[in-house]
Amino acid sequence: MYAQMIQSEKTDEDPRALAEFQARIDRGEKIEPKDWMPEGYRRTLIRQIGQHAHSEIVGQLPEGNWITRAPTLERKAILLAKVQDEAGHGLYLYCAAETLGISRDALTEKLLDGSMKYSSIFNYPTLTWADMGAVGWLVDGAAIMNQVPLQRTSFGPYSRAMIRICKEESFHQRQGYDIMMKMANGTPEQRRMAQNALDRFWYPSLMMFGPSDAESVHSAQNMAWKIKINTNDELRQKFVDQTVPQAEYLGLTIPDPDLKWNAETGHYDFSEPDWTEFFDVLKGDGPCNAERMEARRKAWDEGAWVREGLLAHARKKRAAKTAAE
Amino acid sequence: MSNEWPLWEIFIRGQHGMAHRHVGSLHAPDADMAIKNARDVYTRRNEGVSIWVVEAARITASSPSDKGPMYDPARSKVYRHPTFFDIPDDVEPM
Repeated sequence: MYAQMIQSEKTDEDPRALAEFQARIDRGEKIEPKDWMPEGYRRTLIRQIGQHAHSEIVGQLPEGNWITRAPTLERKAILLAKVQDEAGHGLYLYCAAETLGISRDALTEKLLDGSMKYSSIFNYPTLTWADMGAVGWLVDGAAIMNQVPLQRTSFGPYSRAMIRICKEESFHQRQGYDIMMKMANGTPEQRRMAQNALDRFWYPSLMMFGPSDAESVHSAQNMAWKIKINTNDELRQKFVDQTVPQAEYLGLTIPDPDLKWNAETGHYDFSEPDWTEFFDVLKGDGPCNAERMEARRKAWDEGAWVREGLLAHARKKRAAKTAAE
Repeated sequence: MSNEWPLWEIFIRGQHGMAHRHVGSLHAPDADMAIKNARDVYTRRNEGVSIWVVEAARITASSPSDKGPMYDPARSKVYRHPTFFDIPDDVEPM
C-alpha cells in the first residue's frame, strides 16, 4: 500500500479514557483533531498519513519521467493532469497530518532524513511508455483497494481526504488501462512492451500491500482504532481477483505459472512476491531509492529561495499596508 | 521566526446559490497566493465558482469539551420543530 508496515505506537493512558475512546470508535463516531485521543493513536496516524502523503509526492517522479515523451499531445495532457492530481493528493494528506500537531515542513524533513518512508513501489524505474499504462492500471489499482475502505477510517480529516482522493483516483486507473488496451492491441512490438511492463510491475504491485499481517499485534491495534480496515492478505487477494480478468481481456499473461482459479475458495491462488526483495527496497536498496531521494532533496533545496522570497514579499507587503493605515 | 508559510482554510462555493463550504486547507505566503493555490488544489474539476481563504490562526472554534453546555439545552425544546404540532387532516396544507 501507499502506507506499508505501519507499526502501532504504544499508548499508556488511563484505561478508562482509552475504553471511552474505543467505545466512540466502535460506535462509528469520527475523531476530530481537537478531541481527546491516545498518544499512540495520534503518533500512529502521523506516521501512516505522512507515509501516504510522501508516497503521493514521490509517486510523481516515475510518471513525471514520461511527461515530455508522451506519444501524443492528448496523452501528455492526461499524464500531466494525473501527476498534478498526485501533488494535490499529497497536499490533502499533509494537511490531514498537520491537524495532529506536526508541521508540513517537519514531515518533509523526516522524509528527507530517511526517518519516514514512502511506498516501496516508487523505487522501481519506468522504462517504457507501456509502464505508464501498468502504473495506472496496477499501482493505482492496488492503491484504490486500500483507499476505498480507508474512507471509513475513524479520524475525520483523514477520512475526508480519502473521500476526495478516491473520487479522483479512478480516473488514474482507467487512464492506465486505456494505455494498456492501446498497447496490447497495437503492433507486435507494442504488445511486447505491454507484456514486459506487466511482467515487471506485477510482483512489486503485490508487495504494495505489505507482508502478511494476519498475526500482527500492530495490525490488530490499528484495526481496532479503524486506522486500518482490512488485513494485507485480504486486500492483496481482492486485487488479484479483480486484476486477473482484466489481464485476460488484454490478452496478456500474468507472470505467475502457479496462478489459477480455485473453485473451492472462489478466489485465485497465486504466488507470493519475493519478500527479501521487498525488505531490501524498503531498506533503501531498490533500483531507484537513491535517485528518488536525490530528486526530492534537490527540489527542497533548490526551492528554498522561492519559499523564503515569497514569504519575505508577503511580510513586506503587510508591513507597507500597516504603515499606510 | 518560522519560515513555514502560514496555513489557510479554504471555503468553496460549489455552484451558484449554494453557501461556501469548507473543503480543506493549504499553505501559502499570503492571501492572494492562497487563492491561486486553492484554485489548483481544490478546483481542478470544476468544483467551484468562488473561493474564500481564511488564515487558520484567525479562526476561533468552540471546544469539544463544551459540547454539553453548548448543545444539550436545545435537545428538550422539541416544540421548535413543526412536527411537534398535530394539525388535523381537515385543515388545508400548513
